[in-house]
Amino acid sequence: MSTAEVPLISAAGLTKFYGVRVGCLDVDLEAYAGEVLAVVGESGSGKSTLLSLLSTQLRPTRGSVHFRMRDALVRDLFQLEEAQRRLLSRTDWGFVHQDARLGLRMNVSAGGNVGERLMAVGWRNYASIRREARLWLARVEIDGDRIDDLPTTFSGGMRQRLQIAKNMVSAPRLIFMDEPTGGLDVSVQARLIDLMRGLVADHGLAVIIVTHDLAVARLLSHRIIVMRYGRVIETGLTDQVLDDPREPYTQLLVASDLRG
Amino acid sequence: MSTPPVYNFAYLDEQTKRTIRRAILKAIAIPGYQVPFPSREMPMPFGWGTGGVQVTASILGPNDVLKVIDQGADDTTNAVSIRHFFARTAAIVTTTRTSEATIIQTRHRIPETPLKDGQILVYQVPIPEPLRFLEPRETETRQMHALADYGLMHVKLYEDIARHGHIATTYAYPVMVDQRYLMDPSPTPKFDNPKMHMSPALQLFGAGREQRIYALPPYTRVLSLDFEDHPFERTRFTAPCALCGATDAYLDEVVTDDRGGRMFVCSDTDYCERRRPARQAGDGGERGHEHR
Repeated sequence: MSTAEVPLISAAGLTKFYGVRVGCLDVDLEAYAGEVLAVVGESGSGKSTLLSLLSTQLRPTRGSVHFRMRDALVRDLFQLEEAQRRLLSRTDWGFVHQDARLGLRMNVSAGGNVGERLMAVGWRNYASIRREARLWLARVEIDGDRIDDLPTTFSGGMRQRLQIAKNMVSAPRLIFMDEPTGGLDVSVQARLIDLMRGLVADHGLAVIIVTHDLAVARLLSHRIIVMRYGRVIETGLTDQVLDDPREPYTQLLVASDLRG
Repeated sequence: MSTPPVYNFAYLDEQTKRTIRRAILKAIAIPGYQVPFPSREMPMPFGWGTGGVQVTASILGPNDVLKVIDQGADDTTNAVSIRHFFARTAAIVTTTRTSEATIIQTRHRIPETPLKDGQILVYQVPIPEPLRFLEPRETETRQMHALADYGLMHVKLYEDIARHGHIATTYAYPVMVDQRYLMDPSPTPKFDNPKMHMSPALQLFGAGREQRIYALPPYTRVLSLDFEDHPFERTRFTAPCALCGATDAYLDEVVTDDRGGRMFVCSDTDYCERRRPARQAGDGGERGHEHR
């Protein structure tokens, strides 16, 4: 079996209880390289909990998450050492937050933000860090002149693009996104989605994107997972699920979408 | 008239000293690692060197000769009061001569006279955590130390270069201890960083308010962080000390009048005074000024 047929990340029986309340329950999923997987559902349905579990920011009550490392070995993420998990999360993974303030250091310049991952893995040449930062700023359409500006001076759309550059600089294989287009106006959303599609195509990334916006899911994702009350209630190819939803709840969700 | 108070030797009770010595031993065993210790209330406010005073009190013996400096000077308030404190509570001999002292407690300087085998330098430390201003959560900084996850410190230096064209940190310049722990050298000027490297003296750091002790055993590798293309540079001065003519010492700016008059003199008063008799008076330069 070639590596392309082995999922990059897979979860089995993933369950998280907050006290007696359910965060998410018995979630199984797989994501492959070059694939965008959307997780949709209304707020409180367990989407963000699922994302935190997959990215090991939360420990599950039970269940496991496996990841195919660069050496092609599939490892259980919660059996890894903390140091290995940290290395993964700043080299092989990216995380794009809805609120850019969670993903960026707001008191550090754009170049410093992009360079952080490089310095964390041992880059010690100022000129090369800067060259790489400029390159990535250009790729996400941020003017090179802004390299020394603080993200606080950036617009919402620019901050999201800066977050993406900051993550992409370490050539990750998997990116988690939590409502990356939330709160942006539609034209800015469209450009961001365009950028993300380009990156997925060019770099063979896997993306797991949490969104409540079905239009974003339709434009960006190949496959979709619908969640409700912490469970996966429907899964399949995106256009299939959105054009011909089987579950009553999914039908309601699709029917409620204003842009339907 | 009431009888004067009687203190235990060096003020602290023996049990406390033993506790602090244990912390010191652990700190020596793990160079650069911040060891928590139960900091005591001292008869001076936090910020006046309570950490250094507790370390000194714990290691002081009746035959020790103590020197105390504040920003290099023996004659400033902090130095004088701490010297008197130990002279009174421990009845030990004090000195201002670096070469005669067995223990030197310091606030923010390392003496210019090279330290010798057997001497102990005790630093007063306000903030022991070098990552504090980059990552305010102590739980997180401890993790970072445990995993030697220090990329963030370079982000700070990167920002310096991006904004100022060079690493603009001139004091509390972060160092890597024995290729393992990132350490704040206390707010000593970066001029003093190279003196920490492979020093024959034992260096102990006490932070009273923060309740941390850390140490550099003699002959420990201490390297200042930098970039390949922006290497660490020691502060240089363009003119010698106006009083003793030293060109290899750290200089303080002294304002001499209200018409803009100023002179630059050694911050290490002992070093400056020892040099002066060897020199004729009257030809002191006054144009010395700091060059980054």
